[in-house]
Amino acid sequence: MRLDKKVVLITGAGGGIGQAAVRKFVSEGAKVMLADIGTESTQSLVDELGSDQCACVAVDVTQADQVENMVRATVDTFGGIDVFVANAGIEGKVGSIIDTDVSNLDNVMAVNVRGVWLGLHYVVPVMRDGGGGSIMITSSGAGVQGSPNTACYNASKHAVIGLMRCAALEFAQFGIRVNTVNPGAVETRMMASIVDGFAEVGAGDFRAMVEAVTPLGRYGQPDEVANMMVFLGSDESSYCTGSVYMVDGGNAT
Amino acid sequence: MAFDFKDKVVLITGAGAGLGYACAVAFANAGAKIAITDISQDALDKAVDDLNASGAEVLGLLNDASDSADVNAMLGAIVARFGRLDIAVNNAGTATPLQEFHEVSEAEFDRVIAVNLKGVWLCMQAEIRQMLEQGCGRIVNMASATSRNTFPNASPYVTSKFAVAGLTRTVAVEYADRDIRINAICPGNVATPLVVSLVEDLSVLATKHAIKRLGTPEEVANGVMFLASDLSSFSTGSLLEVDGGWNAI
Repeated sequence: MRLDKKVVLITGAGGGIGQAAVRKFVSEGAKVMLADIGTESTQSLVDELGSDQCACVAVDVTQADQVENMVRATVDTFGGIDVFVANAGIEGKVGSIIDTDVSNLDNVMAVNVRGVWLGLHYVVPVMRDGGGGSIMITSSGAGVQGSPNTACYNASKHAVIGLMRCAALEFAQFGIRVNTVNPGAVETRMMASIVDGFAEVGAGDFRAMVEAVTPLGRYGQPDEVANMMVFLGSDESSYCTGSVYMVDGGNAT
Repeated sequence: MAFDFKDKVVLITGAGAGLGYACAVAFANAGAKIAITDISQDALDKAVDDLNASGAEVLGLLNDASDSADVNAMLGAIVARFGRLDIAVNNAGTATPLQEFHEVSEAEFDRVIAVNLKGVWLCMQAEIRQMLEQGCGRIVNMASATSRNTFPNASPYVTSKFAVAGLTRTVAVEYADRDIRINAICPGNVATPLVVSLVEDLSVLATKHAIKRLGTPEEVANGVMFLASDLSSFSTGSLLEVDGGWNAI
């Protein structure tokens, strides 16, 4: 198995892409710590997949003490961290910059950027002491492209690419690889929320717009993103670091 | 290993040595039937012998990727032997000796562009015509970390690799609605015969990469197989970097 004996910590594990990734990681032999803002969405997955293979922990990734606790819980349960997926993120509110309260920017940046920074801050020393590992940050098609009405989200997803590149250069000496995975439109609760947001502000049928400009002509499935995460988490990608990995149906073309 | 290409028909151009040969070995080990080409008869014969010895089903074709008649004959031979073409890895490439831009001869520029750009163009045309008949296909072009980065004194090569990235992305969009996925891989430096022939001190080259070593042919082959497999079913027109962090610097 491609992740045999590896310990994976994933935030946002209860979301659409997170759950798919957990299933793939477990099926490839990994021990997985599922972290999310609560444990309602993750505990049922732990029950289903078996507590010998996975466990869950509640974390608000914007709070340093909680992130530190999440890392400690992972080490206490599974003995280390080989793969860290900084996947927790929120979409925020849909709307034009001039119509949006600045609190939306603060909220989105807190989870999507501060949360990732904190994850790196606490995970990397553990990974370094364990001899190395692989980190991936869930960015987005919105990390390399613009879109009206989602400025806070897009800014946050661009930001983590810069964070990733710096982290890749800082941590290569420890045998730690750092990359982003950039999903395009994927069939998840978050995408449905963004589509609703566009409808609410009278900005049109976002799903139809996205499908029209996606060369493959459809939404992606969470599994398709999870496949990239397994590749980047495994030793198959041992020479991959500091890069942006699109899983976007060709959208960024 | 993750990859299963049992009974898939895979073409790898420029597979007599280096990255192409590593891809041929990897696909053969994953169960594929492979067609390999090279411009050197000696390199081709050795690669075919070695692959045959490992039990692979392999068709070797002497081929100049920059010659359209040769490329069309290559596709004809593959279809005659295997009946179809599931995956094509357009890897054949060349480079000039490292030299300053104003010293590069027109003939050297033309040769690099002919193989690295026109060769990919011609091969993709022939491959896509076959894949349209079948109703599906997967193409992986050998781009480079220098599809996005500079490499001083390698201007013809860098020019050709930037062009391959643009060609890959555009053609990917054209055929996305017909189940032909087209992506490129962007390797950093690997100690292939081509790189060794051009670069005096590989240890200096290694320091250009965040990982501080050169890549291995197998690491590049892993990326190629990922793009050629169903694991990348939502990726087309993408550039997959296997470059040890060169682009992050």
